[in-house]
Amino acid sequence: MIKKILLLGALAFITLLNTACSSLTEIEPWVKPYERQNLADPIMSANRDPISSAYMHHVYQAREGAKGAEGGGGGGCGCN
Amino acid sequence: MIKQLSCLSLLTLSLNLSAAVLPEDRADVMYHSYDGGGVTIDGPSLLVRKDFASTVSVSGNYYVDNVSSASIDVETSGASKYTEERTEYSVTADYLYDKAILSAGYTSSDENDYEAETVYFGISQDFFGDLTTVTLGYAVGDDTVMQNGNDNLQEDVDRQNYRFGISQIATPNLMLNFNYEAITEEGYLNNPYRSYRYIDPSNSANYLSATEVYPDTRTTDAAAFGGKYFLPYRAVVSANYRYFTDDWDIDAHTLTLGYTHPLKGGWILDFTYRYYQQESAYFYSDLHEFAAVDEKDFRARDKELSEFTTQTLGFGVSYEFQLGNSDTFDKSSINLQYDFIQFDYDNFRDIRGDEAIGEEPLYDFDADVIRLFFSVWY
Repeated sequence: MIKKILLLGALAFITLLNTACSSLTEIEPWVKPYERQNLADPIMSANRDPISSAYMHHVYQAREGAKGAEGGGGGGCGCN
Repeated sequence: MIKQLSCLSLLTLSLNLSAAVLPEDRADVMYHSYDGGGVTIDGPSLLVRKDFASTVSVSGNYYVDNVSSASIDVETSGASKYTEERTEYSVTADYLYDKAILSAGYTSSDENDYEAETVYFGISQDFFGDLTTVTLGYAVGDDTVMQNGNDNLQEDVDRQNYRFGISQIATPNLMLNFNYEAITEEGYLNNPYRSYRYIDPSNSANYLSATEVYPDTRTTDAAAFGGKYFLPYRAVVSANYRYFTDDWDIDAHTLTLGYTHPLKGGWILDFTYRYYQQESAYFYSDLHEFAAVDEKDFRARDKELSEFTTQTLGFGVSYEFQLGNSDTFDKSSINLQYDFIQFDYDNFRDIRGDEAIGEEPLYDFDADVIRLFFSVWY
């Protein structure tokens, strides 16, 4: 229950931040858009091959006790 | 039953941690294979994604596990080698609105003694000149556990996932990310086919077996921190560390290192190393002293709940090329990825020999994991 409240609180906070303080989204970025060509290279993608990374998470979750927080790698599935 | 294999991980493919842009239109068809510890699992997977009006992206996935098992668990329980099949379908939809992506998905997994359904919702929002991306996710799962040969067993598992993620552009060459996920599970968390062993009270040189007894709730927490760095000669190094803990007293550490190296002519090489170590659940023992006295006296001998280490060495090669007319297809690639996984158990023994009880050799095995897939972007 505490986790639910915390997450709902975080959601409310982010919504508030985005709507009431829209100027925050206009903060001058210290990495300019024209400086992001390396970050936009496909080899920097957080999840370059989703079909493959999802399968590897599946393999590990079936054989290890730990699970979750795989993030953009395609894991963190809603199951066992 | 492939209890743990009823994973519905493809739901989260729609999570985009880099910026408020929809995922690319692409299709992937893959053959996957796992071979280790007496278990072979293979099958196809097909993933297709397409956007509409540049604001909605829809994906669908079809996935099959064909399992053939004569694992140490099967052998020591006296069962014979078996085969089974699991089929999974997923659909997801992502809606782009300004700097946010709203996501939803549904997955259904079906096998003859286990059914699972999961619904997923998520939101991803960019902040601070698109340098920061925050994601929140919630998933709810409803599983039904059955047992072949026992029509009376039909139990439920309810599962809820809460996710939080943040991705941060730190420099023109460095991307950092943090992810947290809590999972609560309630219901029949046992594997109905699995037994624990305990010392025979009438003959201490012998042991007896009984069906495992698990708690009916489990709460897990996992937090991961990582980064990717673009090297000056167009290559990428990455690192990720995850800490996991749960109320069954399993603590686990995962460290993953990666290196990606493109070559001329469309070739890309990938190397990974992964180290994983976990402590036992508090009710795990390789050899229990007594039988459980009631349904709250938990007993397990599932090696996934024991103390062990895994190490993975991975290698991938990818070749990009132009398929047909460039007006129809942007690019395509063929990919082969191979992982060698070594499992070393610290308190799970191989009881297939004739050694005295409690003095059997510790168990270990190796696994080969292959993914061969073809991708096309359009």
